[in-house]
Amino acid sequence: MSLRRIFIVLVAVFMAWVVPGEAQTVPEKKIGNNSVLLPAIPRGQGDHCVADADFMRRNHMTMLMHQRDETVRQGIRGKPFSLKECVACHAVEGPDAMPVTVASPQHFCRACHDYAAVSIDCFQCHASRPDVVTDAGGQGGVVRGAARE
Amino acid sequence: MSGKMKHTGIAAEFNPARRKFLGAIAGVASVTLAPGVILYGITRSGDARARKPGTAASPDVRWGLLIDVNHCDSGCDKCVSACVEENGLQGHGRPATDPQWIRKVKIHDPDTGLSQSLPVMCQHCAEPPCVDVCPTGASFKRADGIVLVDRHRCIGCRYCMMACPYKARSFVHEEIEDQKTYAPRGKGTVEACTLCIHRVDSDRLPACVEACNDAGGGAMLFGDLKDPNSEIARRVARYASQQIRGDLGLDPGVRYRNLST
Ligand code: HEC
Ligand code: HEC
Ligand code: HEC
Repeated sequence: MSLRRIFIVLVAVFMAWVVPGEAQTVPEKKIGNNSVLLPAIPRGQGDHCVADADFMRRNHMTMLMHQRDETVRQGIRGKPFSLKECVACHAVEGPDAMPVTVASPQHFCRACHDYAAVSIDCFQCHASRPDVVTDAGGQGGVVRGAARE
Repeated sequence: MSGKMKHTGIAAEFNPARRKFLGAIAGVASVTLAPGVILYGITRSGDARARKPGTAASPDVRWGLLIDVNHCDSGCDKCVSACVEENGLQGHGRPATDPQWIRKVKIHDPDTGLSQSLPVMCQHCAEPPCVDVCPTGASFKRADGIVLVDRHRCIGCRYCMMACPYKARSFVHEEIEDQKTYAPRGKGTVEACTLCIHRVDSDRLPACVEACNDAGGGAMLFGDLKDPNSEIARRVARYASQQIRGDLGLDPGVRYRNLST
């Protein structure tokens, strides 16, 4: 291969990388005059989150930490900021029609955390998707986390 | 009464209508079972049982188990497999380190030849030594008497495992996947029987008790020791029962009947 050909290939690769095409997963959105890459966050089920989306983006960590102590130490259940409920309502369907675990970059929490360079240890213990129940026929089905209780 | 602890008796304890009725009764009772061992004091029965969502566990309740050893079949381990299934405790075929929240123990008296079999789990002590030794406050006793590990605070030091005279706690040695949503657990922390807290908090029986009932064993009775009208409190008030290693003064919430030690 001549140097010239290598150069052309390199330029082509560079162009493909810089000029966003249709296939790219990260959408480009316009904010004001600037063009910024934003994370592709899958939408939760239903119309609303447990609080305003704005509030959730900024404060979900504090609310989760507060409620986890209340639940575990005092036994207070049924309040809005339950991790089990986040996972149930924000389940994202994968290619196999089952909800993805946090191993997938598509997972709701990861979609944003990867972008924001946040790492959490919650899913070392907590299930990152709703309980999966397999019926006798071997067909997978999904039960919302809450339905088990 | 030496008859079986009948399924119906237990079901009745979870009858919401009855619970409401009991809520109206204020009981005053203090039973001294043995010198220095007071099982329950002044209680307001019922109220806390039907706990509303958003309210905290109540100190007016003390959850406990009464296990009738005469009704426990040595060949049966339904309670153990129910616990494994419910809490997602599948092991790795390594008995020394695999989790064990409940186990069947066999005892044999060489003098009489009597062999007995009984389930042993966290005994949910009123004076839990695991809580005393925990350096981070992860081991704690909930207001309603259930002894737990707050795994958000557990650093995996395992002092509690050393302190527990019942060997009731396990340490998670491996990374875990596919946990149950209602029973998170993970590597590097200590865990034990929670009395199926996720079930108890929604008015259901612990999985082991349910499995024992379903299998027709009826050896396990779950209920509120502080509610003088509950089936369990009435039985411990009327018939002799004992705590394993009661001499240690830890006042376990798990009691045994017909145990020959
Ligand atoms: C009942 C379903 C439901 C539950 C439960 C739920 N959410 Fe949501 N969540 C949604 C919906 C729907 C949206 C989109 C709302 C909107 O755009 O106004 C959303 C939006 C969000 C957003 C903003 C996402 C973005 O696009 O920027 C965050 C962050 C979030 N949720 C976190 C959580 C957390 C953390 C929990 C658990 C404490 C939780 N949610 C529980 C349904 C739910
Ligand atoms: C070492 C294991 C472990 C880790 C790591 C962990 N948790 Fe938990 N968490 C538990 C256990 C066990 C419970 C008790 C479950 C119950 O009683 O329902 C729990 C309960 C909770 C609850 C209350 C139940 C629910 O689903 O709403 C919340 C909220 C919670 N954890 C949040 C978190 C968050 C946020 C993180 C990460 C910052 C986290 N946890 C990390 C083990 C863990
Ligand atoms: C819209 C983006 C977004 C989504 C979606 C999101 N997070 Fe976050 N999360 C953040 C950001 C940004 C931070 C860091 C905030 C900071 O450092 O002040 C964070 C921090 C956290 C923290 C605290 C981490 C620490 O070490 O202090 C926890 C816990 C957490 N998120 C849990 C979750 C869970 C669970 C979900 C999914 C149900 C989720 N987040 C979804 C943006 C998001």
